[in-house]
Amino acid sequence: MINLEESFQPGRKGFFTDTSICIGCKACEVACKEWNRNPADSTWQLSDSSYDNTTHLGADTWRHVAFVEQGRERIEQARQSGRQLVNLGMPGVRTEAATNVDVTPPDTPDFRWLMASDVCKHCTHAGCLDVCPTGALFRSEFGTVVVQADVCNGCGTCVAGCPFGVIERRKDGLVEPKTNRDFTAGEQAPTPHVGVAQKCTLCYDRLVDGLEPACAKTCPTTSIKFGEHADLTEQARERVRQLHAQGLTEARLYGANPNSGVGGTGSVFLLLDEPEVYGLPPDPRVPTADLPHMFDRASLAAVGMIAGVVLAFFTGRRRR
Amino acid sequence: MANADCIVIQGSNMAECHPVGFQWVSEAKARGARIIHVDPRFTRTSAVADKHISIRVGSDIVLLGALINHVLSNEKWFREYVLAFTNASALVNEDFRDTEDLDGLFSGYDPATGRYDNASWSYRLKSGDDESTANEPQQGPGMGDQFGAAGPVAVDGTRGDGLCRDEIETDETLQHPFTVFQILKRHFARYTPDLVQQMCGISEADFDYLARSITENSGRDRTTCFAYAVGWTQHTMGAQFIRTAAILQLLLGNMGRPGGGIMALRGHASIQGSTDIPTLFNLLPGYLPMPMVTAGTLTDYLDGIASPAQKGYWANAEAYVVNLLKAWWGDAATADNDWAYDYLPRLTGPHGTYQTVAAMLDGTVDGYFVLGQNPAVGSAHGRLQRLGMAKLKWLVVRDLALIESATWWKDGPEIQSGELRTEDIETEVFFMPAATHVEKAGTFTQTQRMVQWRHQALQPPGDAQSELDFFYELGLRIREKLAGSDDPRDRPLLDLTWNYPLDEHGNPDSAAVLQEINGRFRTGDKAGQPLSSYAEMRTDGSTEGGCWIYTGIYAGGVNQAARRPARTGHDPVNPDWAWVWPADRRLLYNRASADAEGRPWSERKRYVWWDSEQGRWTGDDVPDFPATLAPDARPGPEATGPAALSGLDAFIMQADGKGWLYAPRGLVDGPLPAHYEAQESPVRNTVYDQQRSPARVTLARPDNLSAPSDDDPGANVYPYMFTTYRLTEHHTAGGMSRWLPYLSELQPEMFCEISPELAAEVGIEPYGWATLISPRAAIEAKCLVTDRMRPLVVNGRTVHQIGLPYHWGVGGEQAVVSGDSANDLLGVVMDPNVLIQESKVGSCAIVAGRRPRGRARLELVAEYRRRAGVTVDTGMRPIDVERGEHAMRQDRLEAERVNADDPWVVPDDEQGGER
Amino acid sequence: MARFSPLNWPVVRQLTTPDRFGRGEAVTSRQTRDLKPRTATADRVVQSVCPYCAVGCGQLVYVKDDKVIDIEGDPDSPISRGRLCPKGSASEQLVNAPGRQTQIKYRAPYSTEWQSLSRDKAIDMIAERFIESRRRWWQDTDEHGRPLRRTMGIASLGGATLDNEENYLIKKLFTAAGAIQIENQARI
Repeated sequence: MINLEESFQPGRKGFFTDTSICIGCKACEVACKEWNRNPADSTWQLSDSSYDNTTHLGADTWRHVAFVEQGRERIEQARQSGRQLVNLGMPGVRTEAATNVDVTPPDTPDFRWLMASDVCKHCTHAGCLDVCPTGALFRSEFGTVVVQADVCNGCGTCVAGCPFGVIERRKDGLVEPKTNRDFTAGEQAPTPHVGVAQKCTLCYDRLVDGLEPACAKTCPTTSIKFGEHADLTEQARERVRQLHAQGLTEARLYGANPNSGVGGTGSVFLLLDEPEVYGLPPDPRVPTADLPHMFDRASLAAVGMIAGVVLAFFTGRRRR
Repeated sequence: MANADCIVIQGSNMAECHPVGFQWVSEAKARGARIIHVDPRFTRTSAVADKHISIRVGSDIVLLGALINHVLSNEKWFREYVLAFTNASALVNEDFRDTEDLDGLFSGYDPATGRYDNASWSYRLKSGDDESTANEPQQGPGMGDQFGAAGPVAVDGTRGDGLCRDEIETDETLQHPFTVFQILKRHFARYTPDLVQQMCGISEADFDYLARSITENSGRDRTTCFAYAVGWTQHTMGAQFIRTAAILQLLLGNMGRPGGGIMALRGHASIQGSTDIPTLFNLLPGYLPMPMVTAGTLTDYLDGIASPAQKGYWANAEAYVVNLLKAWWGDAATADNDWAYDYLPRLTGPHGTYQTVAAMLDGTVDGYFVLGQNPAVGSAHGRLQRLGMAKLKWLVVRDLALIESATWWKDGPEIQSGELRTEDIETEVFFMPAATHVEKAGTFTQTQRMVQWRHQALQPPGDAQSELDFFYELGLRIREKLAGSDDPRDRPLLDLTWNYPLDEHGNPDSAAVLQEINGRFRTGDKAGQPLSSYAEMRTDGSTEGGCWIYTGIYAGGVNQAARRPARTGHDPVNPDWAWVWPADRRLLYNRASADAEGRPWSERKRYVWWDSEQGRWTGDDVPDFPATLAPDARPGPEATGPAALSGLDAFIMQADGKGWLYAPRGLVDGPLPAHYEAQESPVRNTVYDQQRSPARVTLARPDNLSAPSDDDPGANVYPYMFTTYRLTEHHTAGGMSRWLPYLSELQPEMFCEISPELAAEVGIEPYGWATLISPRAAIEAKCLVTDRMRPLVVNGRTVHQIGLPYHWGVGGEQAVVSGDSANDLLGVVMDPNVLIQESKVGSCAIVAGRRPRGRARLELVAEYRRRAGVTVDTGMRPIDVERGEHAMRQDRLEAERVNADDPWVVPDDEQGGER
Repeated sequence: MARFSPLNWPVVRQLTTPDRFGRGEAVTSRQTRDLKPRTATADRVVQSVCPYCAVGCGQLVYVKDDKVIDIEGDPDSPISRGRLCPKGSASEQLVNAPGRQTQIKYRAPYSTEWQSLSRDKAIDMIAERFIESRRRWWQDTDEHGRPLRRTMGIASLGGATLDNEENYLIKKLFTAAGAIQIENQARI
């Protein structure tokens, strides 16, 4: 049932978010909201999570920067677990370059502060897209997954379909002041697209005109890179090689494995610790992944049942 | 910066405060440069640096001084560079005595006034005279080099005689005990790694890492860059922090070279421009000083700025002054009336913003214009600011939103505490909506002196208007109302050139103002045409120009600041983008990027060099040097002005053409940096017996009290050090961020950052509330308990530091978020050179829980003051008489300072007023 | 194609295009197919400079119907190469903020409320007060009879976020008026 080829077409676009050079400035969050005119989504209180007051992706927040403070012990663990990934032969991390250099790890620092900008993964096998009953979600010519607010009826099926918890229905009236504007100073306009599913479109409306997404364009340190998915994945692997060569074995990729439960993602991340540390599921799996299998089993069951009925028909004891 | 091999960020949180500028640091790092962040806190800058070194706030001179000592005693200094381009070989006046000799004071200190007479700091002259016999300089607080964070040009606005290189006695072997070099060696000998550990809380291993990093990355083939911001300037020793770094960089040969230098990272779009073309009390455009009362005539004034006999570009100061006066008063400025010099008002002392606030509190200021600032939140000691405004007759606030400085009369903290009642406040308040940056055309000058033109995108909405429109119109009205007046005091207003072409909306054309700033020929065949360089400025009234350092910005009748060629690749110099003062030079003093003979120091670091075939300087930038002045040129003693520059005088704005390892003048608190503790510090100064900077400017008033320091009685009532700073997500006092939902949601609440150890000590839960109490105020904040804050061991005891962002304020209409203001905790005490307040260090107490409301809040502050025994005198003595063994002991100071009449607050006394 | 042509129905497109599963082009709405970046509809694009810190990042300001509809980094700027920080990225909201004040407000002595005022009236009142305070606190000479020619009755604070041209006019006017207590953020 699942068209595995559809998102591997040439021209698939994506992000490579290199968290090792992220400065946590949140320009991506603001540029995203500004471009997409998403409302503020805040209780206007500290969220008790370091400098992260956004906390999660959602209908109004399509980029989210996580902040993680770690001490020496955790850093050593991360370095160790990264090294094991290498030993397990994770794709693309073992290289000739890495074998030629001094791989003695640098001094473990006492402390580090990880920052990472999260975004919709634009999965190869997108749960939200698979389960959408209305055709509001579609796979674009860029291989990205986009919601059409004018088609969506707000049924919310997609919300349960996303293994990353990215897509949400937009609520209204929770938070004042609202941010949406008719581009007029001192005035407020109603929030758009209330009640329908919302998530990152990878700036579909910019891509159609040859522009890059707002977050990638504004990123001061190029932590967020936009481009051809295939190129970016290669670039990401090269960067991991480079970091490993410097002894930073904690570096690893997330989303670059085409054999994962979502078939790899259009948004690839370089992380410096386990995904859970950043609030990412370690082994995401699209709920429809088992659909063909389930269909087979269901068919088998149906056939069996029919056979049983037939058998019963013929073998059942006659009345009287 | 992208060319640097090592970048030391100290006194700056660059990744947070200048994220887009930080891309060049990221790029340098990707290329292999080492990035070191020295800061009291582990910040987002530390997170991406190679190393973070935690330092106790305010101890930077100890660290930098120890690096200087390390470089000198291990022979790591760049000999050829130092000999060619610095004043290392100059001999200093034999009367000079160092802090080594006078136990923490330099010679010339007068304990009665708390000021230095810098006569003994001067160079030794061949003629036998000291340069100190020259005219009375414009000296005193705030009269030093008015560059502050602007840093790059050490234009010396004091006096210019006696600095001609040929007249200065030198010893090229550097062995004479009174050479700058030897004085430097002796002065910094006590700044050791051990002292660094003791005073800064930095381990010897970390010091060694830093020392190795900068010395291994300096020299012919490599360069190290320092970057700082207000973490260095907002101290009583601010100017000296920067001086220390400058000495270090000169010794390492890192000035005037690609990837070197000291980058000042400034915080406002045109804060550089607002010192170049200043809205500052002590300056006229182009760093010309405002005349003091002693400069009765134009000649007196000019003698005080520069001598025509001196070398370098300041020798032409007369032309710059005449052109300014001519631009302002046109035909009314003639040779006969000294170009209307008498139209300029005169200074009698410091009239900085904090002195002005004191005058407001005394009721001697009627009206106050607040233009795109929010002093109720953004200035030190917010309560003093608000109470000062409550004494005004009228207040004009021009801003985009109803900021706290516009609404304090109905919702400020003093209304809430009952100290003020709205119905009792007389002050009339005019809130005038301002135009945003896209609703007006004009120029900003960014942190590296680049002037960029903004085109107007649309008209401002409603009543909003730009400052240009408002002040043009105000000027018209004032002149209309005064028209026909025969009062001589109104002549300067009525004779003022105030005719600017108007656009179709009736507003003045900002390009025409820029043309006036650039200057033009008034007579001759070129009459009306723009000047192309300040070298064209004449002293005979045939030219005019409002700011000589900006001349050339309209060269050829073209707005050079609006040049925006499409980018190709990323050429680091970009000669065609916008315009950089002076004369479009991108890197100042770049003559020093070549050796004495004019050859690049190395192939890797080539930038500007001497082309002997063509007989001119050439390279990747406009040479910041006379284009055809050969490296071996040595003009005789008779030459003056630019013609007197030798081929080695790379630092062309200095009167002796040299980079100053020792400042014979220009600074009012010492020719060399010396470490003193901040006004408030729980730490004893073990470098010298003098605890605080003896020349700091205090404002002793019952409403501006200081906490006791060190082990003085009561110091333990305010046991913790706090420092203030910005976050990426907000802008200064919040006027441009707290009204924006997108920014407010990213950092919605006021917080403080404390270590887990401190949290345990005072019983504060993570993200719980805490109340911070200083002798000025009590504020509340949520607590981020984090390992990013580390207690330091200083002088054998644990020192806790508390971090406080200062973006929030109480009051204001329609702000998305609000909260207590960190600046309320601060007192006012200033650096004597530039009168910048010390807002990076203070002492406070911290307790768990929210602060009391209403009057109880005031009582809490008073109770702590009582417990600490704080009085008006606490910490106000200029020197520490009970400690020092030096001969300056002056017990009578005690008696003199019993009341609040601090001698520094004199400027307005002469004329009486309502006092 | 007519607006309601049955040929445009998703189900028809699903059957007639390669998108048999209806998860791609077949389900796109007209709105989606016509989508363009709103910047493409701008009447003009103006080059500007970010108003926040002193790095001086280049900005492109997109204007449609005399409203700013977007502000982005200017890729041509050698300083910023098209990038902006969160504050720079929020510049459009700075211009269009719902909390921005666009009307003059006046608070009379001892009043508890704002009242409105025309611009003409406001500037006139300020000019009158300026002249009066200037005279009231005028100092012609010091105690030694040396000329001072200044007024201590008027002060000003601000300039670091203003344009050079604006600061120039402010300094020029205030100096001519003899007002010397002119300061800005550079000393704060």
